Amino acid sequence: MLQRDINFSVSSGEILSIHGPNGAGKTSLLRAIAGLLEVPDGCIAFRLHPHDIIANPEERIGMVGWLGHQDGIKGELSLRENLQFHCRYNRCFGSVQDALASLGLADLQDLPAQYLSHGQRRRLAFARLLVNARSLWLLDEPLSGIDSRGKACVRQHIQRHCEMGGIAVVAVHEPLGLKSASLELQ
Amino acid sequence: MIGYANPKRFLDLTRPIPPWFFGVSSTLLAIGLYLALFVVPPERQQGDAVRIMFVHVPAAWIGMGAYALMAVCSIWALVNRHPLADIAAREAAPLGALFTGLALITGSLWGKPMWGTYWAWDARLTSFLLLFFLYLGYIAIWNVTEDETRAARGAAILAIVGAVNLPIIKFSVDWWNTLHQGESIFRSGGPVIATVFLWPLFIMLAAYTTLFAALWIVRVRTAILRRTVRTRVSAGFGR
Amino acid sequence: MSSLALIGRDIRLASRGGGNTFLAVAFFATIVTLVPLGIEPVAGLLHAVAGGIVMLCSALAALLSLDNLFQADFEDGSLELLVTGPLSLESLAASKIAAHWFTTALPLLAISPLAAIAMDLPGAGLVGVVLAVALATPAVSAVGAIGASLTLSAKRGGLILPLIVLPLLAPVIIFGAGVVRSKLEGAENGAVLYLSAFSLAAVLLSPFAVAAGLRTNLSA
Repeated sequence: MLQRDINFSVSSGEILSIHGPNGAGKTSLLRAIAGLLEVPDGCIAFRLHPHDIIANPEERIGMVGWLGHQDGIKGELSLRENLQFHCRYNRCFGSVQDALASLGLADLQDLPAQYLSHGQRRRLAFARLLVNARSLWLLDEPLSGIDSRGKACVRQHIQRHCEMGGIAVVAVHEPLGLKSASLELQ
Repeated sequence: MIGYANPKRFLDLTRPIPPWFFGVSSTLLAIGLYLALFVVPPERQQGDAVRIMFVHVPAAWIGMGAYALMAVCSIWALVNRHPLADIAAREAAPLGALFTGLALITGSLWGKPMWGTYWAWDARLTSFLLLFFLYLGYIAIWNVTEDETRAARGAAILAIVGAVNLPIIKFSVDWWNTLHQGESIFRSGGPVIATVFLWPLFIMLAAYTTLFAALWIVRVRTAILRRTVRTRVSAGFGR
Repeated sequence: MSSLALIGRDIRLASRGGGNTFLAVAFFATIVTLVPLGIEPVAGLLHAVAGGIVMLCSALAALLSLDNLFQADFEDGSLELLVTGPLSLESLAASKIAAHWFTTALPLLAISPLAAIAMDLPGAGLVGVVLAVALATPAVSAVGAIGASLTLSAKRGGLILPLIVLPLLAPVIIFGAGVVRSKLEGAENGAVLYLSAFSLAAVLLSPFAVAAGLRTNLSA
């Protein structure tokens, strides 16, 4: 069961990092924000404009950029095909090539995704966020399993996303390495 | 209704009911069976075989009624999230399946003297058999799904989807040419069955209904008590 | 459009390595050609049972791949991503049902003439078989999807799926057999009408039940 008495708000351009030991509920909290998990007592809402508040989970779901615990990658498809499907499905127009290149995956783009290492898979999963123009990023352990160069890359992208007005809520069990507000779960 | 959400209150309120209902049920069963076996005259065409009707028909009614009850509780569970609704639906299912099975078996026994066969794939019998399988599927979801909340909702959805079978059973004898006789009691013109048969039938129905209600309430109470024990034990271990 | 993208993805996945399509088709072909071996070559007997056997076999074959309809996506995290897309849960359900039809039912439809030949049916019977399978398979996909979404988190989901789905599909089997019979006998018995109506109702209504099942299993 989830926590009690959690209050927070994050605004445009800010990063919120959620810390806590394993099992503390970081993933559950992210899922709740995304609208994937029901919150019996409490309210989670997105405010788009002063008078435009969205609290309904089914509406929130369609507005977040989600990077979950699992990769959500289809092994039988190539990297490029994975991202292209994501693009067409979400009706967005980001460049697949640029996203792959910026995470160092351009050379592997025609390889079936099942041959990727764990770190490469996490990077591919992160690349999805770059093609999809969602302003709220919910990231569950985005740095896990990636080497230090990849981590620097991911941090850079998160930074740039927020500099351009986006929001990032990140669950981590190690220090994020970016300037962020912190929420501690026990 | 809100008061029933409090488990202790529900347990207190329902404690006197089962013994009372069991008593009423046994009495009615005794009366009904006596009438069915000794008082009712042999029917014109079937002779003594007609006496099976008094065991078979009420069982079929309860079998269908229990499913309707299950479906209504399921809707209530999905819409209202009332904690008692899931339990009520779940505990009704095995009882409904039992009565349905009883109806199938007694109907089969009745079919041999009446139609010359133990079974026929006509619309009424087939849709009633499907009812039995729907019960099994419903119970299976509860058993196989690990998380209880998911099991509750999944089972509720299945119960509602399967409820379309009920009008099919009821009207199958009208819509298709079936072996099973047409509606003789619950029809628009009023019953066409002789009164001497009607009374024992309704007495048996009342007996079955009170029996079902008693068993159902006992099961629901047991489920609540079991849940209370589980909660207390896990809270105790937490210390 | 998003639905088309999803259907396209599933077709591509099935053609690349989703063994389920091949399995379903192979199962159907094997059983349907072996059944006549077990039936005495009494004149007309095979014709009488052909419709029911073909319908039952195609339902079972489709069920083989239904288990995986949502399971694979659920297990690797893709289902979460699909849900965070622009489609409502109901549209997502409808797209998955369509994808299942294209990847499983269409191949079954393609080899259903083989079933008719195995049953030694005349030309009219072959037409009946193809028509019955064509009209029935949308219902099988639709109703099967309900079962698939309800058993997503079940321990032995594969075993319970037929138990839930087959009773609901009984009308399909009954009417489908009726379609074959009507073509064989050359008499109109309304089976085509009933089967079409049932399939239509199933396809239109099941996305709501499937969405409810998905909602349950995703959010708990």
